[in-house]
Amino acid sequence: MSRRSMVASFEREEDLIKATRAARHHGLFIRDAFTPYAVHGLDEVMGLKRSRLPRACFLCGLAGVIAALWFQFWVSAWDWPLDVGGRPWNSLPAFIPVTFEMMVLLGGLGLVFAWLIVCRLFPGKSVSEPIPQVTDNRFALVVEETDQPLDPKALEQLFRDCKAVTVEVREEIGAN
Amino acid sequence: MADMSTGWQQPLIAGNKSLAQVTADVCAPLERRGSVWWWAAFLPAFSVLLVGTAAVSYQIAVGIGTWGLNRTVGWAFDITNFVFWIGIGHAGTLISAILFLFRQKWRTSVNRSAEAMTIFAVICAGLFPVIHMGRPWLAYWMVPYPNWRGPLWINFRSALVWDFFAISTYFIISLVFWYVGLIPDLATLRDRVRPGWYRRLVSFLALGWNGSYRVWHRYEVVYLLLAGLATPLVVSVHSVVSTDFAVSLLPGWHTTIFPPYFVTGAIFSGMAMVLTLMLIARKVMRLEDYITVRHVEAMAKLVLATGSLVGLAYAIECFTAVYSGNNQDYFTMLNRLRGPLWWGYWLMVLCNVLIPQFLWIRRIRTSFFAVFVLSLFVNVGMWFERFIIIVTSLERDFLPSSWADYVPTSIELATLAGSFGLFFTCFLLFCRFLPVIAMAEIKGVLGGAHKMIGSNQP
Repeated sequence: MSRRSMVASFEREEDLIKATRAARHHGLFIRDAFTPYAVHGLDEVMGLKRSRLPRACFLCGLAGVIAALWFQFWVSAWDWPLDVGGRPWNSLPAFIPVTFEMMVLLGGLGLVFAWLIVCRLFPGKSVSEPIPQVTDNRFALVVEETDQPLDPKALEQLFRDCKAVTVEVREEIGAN
Repeated sequence: MADMSTGWQQPLIAGNKSLAQVTADVCAPLERRGSVWWWAAFLPAFSVLLVGTAAVSYQIAVGIGTWGLNRTVGWAFDITNFVFWIGIGHAGTLISAILFLFRQKWRTSVNRSAEAMTIFAVICAGLFPVIHMGRPWLAYWMVPYPNWRGPLWINFRSALVWDFFAISTYFIISLVFWYVGLIPDLATLRDRVRPGWYRRLVSFLALGWNGSYRVWHRYEVVYLLLAGLATPLVVSVHSVVSTDFAVSLLPGWHTTIFPPYFVTGAIFSGMAMVLTLMLIARKVMRLEDYITVRHVEAMAKLVLATGSLVGLAYAIECFTAVYSGNNQDYFTMLNRLRGPLWWGYWLMVLCNVLIPQFLWIRRIRTSFFAVFVLSLFVNVGMWFERFIIIVTSLERDFLPSSWADYVPTSIELATLAGSFGLFFTCFLLFCRFLPVIAMAEIKGVLGGAHKMIGSNQP
C-alpha cells in the first residue's frame, strides 16, 4: 500500500522552519526536510533525536588505542625483543605517539563509515529528490500520512500561510 | 572580540548574494573553458613538475650520491623540503578544524581550498622521505606486516616510525575530512552540470546525497567530531616531526622547545601559503565577493601572531644555548649566527620575525598587494628556517676534522622546484574541477542563519 505524502517547497529557511513547526503542532508525521545547507535549529523543530554517532566514534577510537598498544607491546616485548639503546622491552612512553595516531585514524574512519551506513549513502546510489533545486536554493518539507488520513486542502492552506511556493500531494516518495 | 561583535553586522560575503547566486558564482569557473590565466599558471607548473620528475627518476636510478650530502651532512634538502611541506599543510587543518571549533564563520570562504592545499602539501612532503630511503621500491617496509624476514618488525621506539604513522594518519584524515565536506557540493554539481563523464563522476562521488535533513543532522555531528579529532592530530603531527630532531642528541636539535616551536612555525608558514594562494585565486577565479578584506585581515592577524611566537622561539633557542652552559650548544648557536650559513639565519629572522611586524599596521593588513608580497617573504623565510635548523647542526660536527660544508646539487634544486610544480599542478586542477568554495557552508552563513529561531520547542 502506498502512503500518501505532501511535499511543500519554500524559498527561505525561516519559512521552512515555520512550516515544520506548524506541521508538528498539527500532529503530522514529518517524513523529512530537504535543504541545500545545514539549517541550524531545524533538528529541534523536527524533534530529531541526538545522533548516536559519537558513540561509534568513541568505540572505534578505543579499539584503535587497544589494538595499537597491544600490537606494539607484542612486537617489541614478546615476538622479537630488540635492545634499542638499552630501553626496556615494554617502552610504554615511546608507544604513545603511534597509539594516539591509531586512535585518531580508527576513530575518524569508523565515524565516517558508520555515518555512511546509517544514512545509506554509497557510491553510485540513485538520487531521489522531492523537488528540483533542493541542492541549490530550495527547501522542501515532506509530511507523510500515518493512520490518520491527510487533509490535502487544509494542509495546503497551512503551508501556503508559511509562504510555500508549491504544495503537492504525492502517492509515494522515495525512501530516505 | 571586538571583531566578533562587528562581524555580526558586517556581512561575511559581499554583494548581498542569494542562494542561487552563490551556486552560480562558485560553479561558474567549472562550467566554462579554462581561462587564459588558468593555462598561464598550469603550463609552467606542469613543466616544472616534469623537470622534477626527471630529476627524481635520475636520482632513483643512480642513487642518493647525486645529492650534495657528505659525511656529516646526511640530511639536507630533502628533509628541509619534507618539513617545509608538512608545515604548509597545517594551516589547512587549522582553518578547517580549529577555526570550526572556535566558530569562526569567516573560515567558510577559505576552508575548502585550504584543506585541498593541506592534502597536496602532504603529498609533496611524503615524497621526500620516500626518495630519501634510496630504495623507494622498498618503502612498504615501513608498514608492520608479517614478513619472511623473521618476522622482523619495525622499531616502535623510533621517532621516524612515529613520523610514518603521524603523516599517514594525517593524510588519510585530512582527505576524509575534505571529502565529507565536499559531498553536498558534489551533489549540487551533479544536479547542475551537463550530462557527460564529469557528471557521471560527481554523481558517483556524491553518494546519492539529496539534501535530506536527517542526513544533514548527522553530517553536522560527523563534521564536528572530525574537527575535534583533527585538532589534536595536527598538533601531534608536527610535534612528531619535531621529535625526529629533538629525540636525537645533536646540539641545536636536542631541545624541549621543538614541538611547540615547530607547530607554531607550521601554522605560520601554512597561513602564509594560504594567503599566497587565496590572493591569486580570488583574482583569477573572480571570487572577490567571497574572499574579502575581512578574510585577508583575519588571516594576516594569524600570520602576525604565529610569526611573533616563532620570533619568541628563536629568542628562547639563543637563551637556552647561553643559559645551559653547554659548550656544544653554545658553539652551535654561534655557528648559526655567524658561521658559513649566517646569511640564511639572518634571512630567516628578517622574513619570519621582522617583516611580519608590518602587519601591526592596519593599512598594510588590509592591502591585498602588501599582504601578498609579505606572504611570499614568509614562505621563503620558513623554508630557510628548516634548512638552517637541519644543516647548521650537521655541518659542524663534534669532531672538527669531519666538518664539511653543504652545497645542493642541481638535482636537489630540480627536486625542490618539482615539488612546487606538483603542488601547483594539483591545486590548479582542483580549482578547475571542484568547487573552490564550500557552497553549502557559505549558504549557511549568508545571513538569516544567525537571526535564527530560538530554542523554544513547538
